[in-house]
Amino acid sequence: MTIDSIEDMQNLLAGQGYVCGRALATVGFLSLKLGRPLFLEGEAGTGKTEIAKAIAAALGRRLIRLQCYEGLDAASAVYEWNFAEQMIAIRTAEAAGGADRDLLRAELFTEDYLIERPLLQAMRPQPGGAPVLLIDEIDRTDEPFEAFLLEALSDFQVTIPELGTIKAPEPPIVILTSNRTREVHDALKRRCLYHWVDYPTFDREMEILHARVPEAAEALTREVVAFVQRLRGEDLFKRPGVAETIDWAKCLLALDVVALSPEVIADTLGAVLKYQDDIQRLQGTEAQRILDEARAGLEGA
Amino acid sequence: MTATYAPLPETDGRLPDNITHFARALRRAGLPVGPGRVADAIRAVQVAGFTERADFYWTLHACFVSRPEHRQVFAQTFRLFWRDPAFLEHMMAFLRPAVRGVQDEEQANPGAKRAAEALLDGQEREVPKPRDTPETEAVEIDIDASLTASSEERLRTLDFEQMTGAEMAEAKRMLARMTLPIRPILSRRTMARPGPLPDWRRTLRASLRRGGEITEFVTRKRRERPPNLVVLCDISGSMSAYSRAVLHFVHAVSNAKGQGWARVHAFTFGTRLTNITRHMDRRDVDAALRAAGAEAQDWEGGTRIAGAIRAFNRDWSRRVLGQGAVVILITDGLDRDPDGGLDKAMERLSLSARQVIWLNPLLRWDGFAPKASGIRAMLPHVTSFRAGHNIASLQGLAQAIGAARDAGDKPRYMAALRDQG
Repeated sequence: MTIDSIEDMQNLLAGQGYVCGRALATVGFLSLKLGRPLFLEGEAGTGKTEIAKAIAAALGRRLIRLQCYEGLDAASAVYEWNFAEQMIAIRTAEAAGGADRDLLRAELFTEDYLIERPLLQAMRPQPGGAPVLLIDEIDRTDEPFEAFLLEALSDFQVTIPELGTIKAPEPPIVILTSNRTREVHDALKRRCLYHWVDYPTFDREMEILHARVPEAAEALTREVVAFVQRLRGEDLFKRPGVAETIDWAKCLLALDVVALSPEVIADTLGAVLKYQDDIQRLQGTEAQRILDEARAGLEGA
Repeated sequence: MTATYAPLPETDGRLPDNITHFARALRRAGLPVGPGRVADAIRAVQVAGFTERADFYWTLHACFVSRPEHRQVFAQTFRLFWRDPAFLEHMMAFLRPAVRGVQDEEQANPGAKRAAEALLDGQEREVPKPRDTPETEAVEIDIDASLTASSEERLRTLDFEQMTGAEMAEAKRMLARMTLPIRPILSRRTMARPGPLPDWRRTLRASLRRGGEITEFVTRKRRERPPNLVVLCDISGSMSAYSRAVLHFVHAVSNAKGQGWARVHAFTFGTRLTNITRHMDRRDVDAALRAAGAEAQDWEGGTRIAGAIRAFNRDWSRRVLGQGAVVILITDGLDRDPDGGLDKAMERLSLSARQVIWLNPLLRWDGFAPKASGIRAMLPHVTSFRAGHNIASLQGLAQAIGAARDAGDKPRYMAALRDQG
């Protein structure tokens, strides 16, 4: 499938059940066309990781995911030598009596003993074309890894001292996500197309729920979305994302709920709010008030 | 992200010129837009085409914006520029001092501002009128008051006494002597030093030098890194004697890279929370303090500790407390917040931070009274509590922070609180 316009991009993602606005589609389209990494920042649960999955599935490319964490180093991100295998090879050579130094070295540091980690895998040709490389939650790593990434992503090549330089025949589609638990350095952002993924509007969230939880009744979906949209306006420590809305709708579906009530909300609130302070805020009449407001808003529309 | 580009395709239109001008306007509005980004933007617009204004907007947005807080400035600049570039040129002259007030202030001599205010008799500067635009249109275009410095909101800013040479020397001594009250954080990253972790790679390479015989087992150990520091400083009237020393301290540790704390974030609060981190990054301590004094609007006013900490939890804690940060809270704990809720806010803060150290300069043992409800609410949620220290000087402050290894005076005061019921 070729993508020649922003509409194509939107349709492509919609085909995978990923509903996105024109803005995000534009940025995604540009990223594919210009071969630039896409830097998505936003609150947790707004669909940043999902878009990588959707693009990979729609284009029939392999998705390679690098989950970042504090202290992530080259051994777990790029490559590592398989030392156990190398030891065995040394012992075998010794037992056979021919432990020639140069020969041993040439044999030990070959691709047979190389364990490829996500970044190196992404540089390799893959069936179906260049893979989608998802570097998830980059804000969790530290600055040294960011600096390393800067180099790897500008040339799409990795140097292994014992083997030489491995260069991607075709640059992978790179998507970086950040929850903004710290600021990622501007040098890295500058090389990417930036987009802040915001909470969706009421209509868009309805579309998302139709695509993701099609079994849910229309009336319930409307109430759920209206309630969550109201909730985002409250003074909460963590506002619920789209992922929470989808989870909640699925929970309500599993419980055979047809309409929201304060009791149902109290029972299932754990699917939407993940902090005890926030859940406590909504105890008692507070849930009833928000539900009433949400319903009033629905009738007004 | 390849570095080599084909030369820009020839276009007959004036679009590349306009995009370049637009980028200049953005740069003057404070966005970090370099020439590389301009080339990208032109290329991106050519790829995306511009059949629709919204597409054009988002295409440029993707290329020029890299921080959420820049989105507003971008939106405003876009709206003004693509309506009439010539008008914007004029407007920038008016907008600049507000948007980039920081840089401008740096060049101003101390006192120059007051002199100007005195001469102008507190009058507002007049908006420069655009050259070619008729008056009616200028009225129709609502000038973004949000970007201008608002005089109504200026409750009180502060001019600090400049730092003397002796104080400068003392700050250096303080930094050299300061001991940190926290253990460094063990990173998952390792380094080539003798330690408990095996270093297979170097072991194998060493053995290869001997034809495959393993003669020594090389090990690694985990690297340690200093935690980030977040300083929350009370600048209400009752704390006024201490704010200068505290800001000097924050400035000194912010600029002592690699000597203790990794990153330093600083906030002031009185009736509202103000982030002064970027001012503290300046090399010159007087300029930094002047900027901070002008930024925070609530110097020596009332105190709303609960509201300030709630605001910090909501807007900043996830962004600055992420990587094992230590919080230093400098306040007298006399909360005047009508809404209350201090204990909830403090609990949330202590759950998000690795350690909360509270320095209370005003509280002394003999003056301790049970009616201080703020103290009652805050004390259970701090890791370490220091009272009655002389932190009006840099040295006293560094000592107090350095001594916060244990719970400090917390057990004593907690016991007193229990006795009082």
